[in-house]
Amino acid sequence: MNAEELKDRLCAQYPDLCESLSIESGRATLVVAAQDLHACAADLKDMGFDFLEMLTALDWGDEFELVYLLRSHEMAVSMFAKCRVLRDAPRVASLVDVWPAANWHEREVFDLFGISFDGHPDLRRLLLPEDWSGHPLRKDYEDERIVRRPDYI
Amino acid sequence: MPHDLTVNIGPSHPSTHGVCNLLVELDGEVIVSAEPRIGNLHRGIEKIAENRTYMQVIPLTDRLDYVGSMYSNWAYCRAVEQLAGIAVPERAEYIRVMMCELQRIGSHMMALGPAGSDAGATSVYMYTFAQRDLVLDLFEAVCGARLTYNYVRPGGVSLDLPDGWVEQCRAFISQLPGAMLELDRLLFGNVIARARMKGIGVLSREDAIACGTSGPVARGSGVDFDLRRDDPFSVYPRLEFSVPLGDNGDCYDRARVHLFECIESCKIIAQALDQIEPGPVRNDDVPRLIAPPAGDTYAHVESARGSLGVYLVSDGSVRPYRMKVRSPAFSNLSVLPLLAKGHLLSDLVIILGSLDPVFGEVDR
Repeated sequence: MNAEELKDRLCAQYPDLCESLSIESGRATLVVAAQDLHACAADLKDMGFDFLEMLTALDWGDEFELVYLLRSHEMAVSMFAKCRVLRDAPRVASLVDVWPAANWHEREVFDLFGISFDGHPDLRRLLLPEDWSGHPLRKDYEDERIVRRPDYI
Repeated sequence: MPHDLTVNIGPSHPSTHGVCNLLVELDGEVIVSAEPRIGNLHRGIEKIAENRTYMQVIPLTDRLDYVGSMYSNWAYCRAVEQLAGIAVPERAEYIRVMMCELQRIGSHMMALGPAGSDAGATSVYMYTFAQRDLVLDLFEAVCGARLTYNYVRPGGVSLDLPDGWVEQCRAFISQLPGAMLELDRLLFGNVIARARMKGIGVLSREDAIACGTSGPVARGSGVDFDLRRDDPFSVYPRLEFSVPLGDNGDCYDRARVHLFECIESCKIIAQALDQIEPGPVRNDDVPRLIAPPAGDTYAHVESARGSLGVYLVSDGSVRPYRMKVRSPAFSNLSVLPLLAKGHLLSDLVIILGSLDPVFGEVDR
């Protein structure tokens, strides 16, 4: 199945989602509001997206963007789901109950971006020591050991 | 009494297959829970990449999966090519496929050797390392390095195959299937190894998918999925191969899948050697300072450990805005608590080894 066919199928099944569906860099991309994330994830899982390939975040200044890459073994297709949260209130629903694979990924995002996942069974830092302060993948993270490279232009 | 002993295994422990700390709760000799505590090898490669130009990131990707650097090189370069719209000559694609299949053999030798020594059969390591050395000789002839290659570049590969390489490669792949069948009898036919691995650490097909595993770990549980066939990239659609699967999802099946994958890799390399034609190996129009248009992309390859992907975001500057590595070893390792529960402490290392983690990639 290609991204176009997937888009048609998603639109037919969930007309409400259709507006927020687009095709970016060859993959169907669904933009979800943070409060709808959990319900939408459950719907996608019912549709056949049985595999959470990865989850990560991006720092866009005032907002964080969460990026979920989903795959369906049955339909042989993958898609992005993206969700934005405010930097001042970085909270979003945990998807561990939908895809257990989200467990470590959410801990990693919590560790490196400081985004909280409501309902996560064991939200602790994953890669950094427990007493680390700050969240290094935020763009405003300061550490004197980071040496800014010249621009070469 | 739920348990009576807490044991810390690692991080510096030879049988943990890298710098991994396992916090194990025991009831007698039975594992109540085993929690991997990772991050000991976390170097912040994703953060460092934000402070480097696109070309300067390639050597960093070598340090992710250091047993399979070609894969990380390739996945990253594919992401850059997709972002910047860079074309790749066909000869370069064939060379990449051959390098990655050789890498699969080299990496799987690092899975099979320990699978034997974990189960008490130390001699297996000698046989697999002899084969791995031949693979590294081939890499050294091509790019001068035996571990961190920095070979795949956006728009192709850094150097063409040297004189005599094709013959050397053909000689290697002609003897490998026989050696693998011998290894099959030596390791998987061994009564003790079978007793140590059969029925240990069973991962069901449902759990394999739900927990995000891929590669030999998922295929050992019967998940019939391989990116090379099911979401094809490069010239894989022109090459014929089959995807070996396990039935029971135990340590035995997971380890044995590795062995048959090596034989399939030989078939792929033989076809690629027949199909490859002379031509350029690098797109000369690629600038040294790449500034892709703003946007994001995800590129994957089927690495020795599973679905390896690079999610790359550009803001239009000469540096990546964000690079996320979807590492298969990370997701594969996360099922360890599930697999270890209820087994004996002496089985823990076999279970960990059967997941074939490389901590450079787990911790990034």
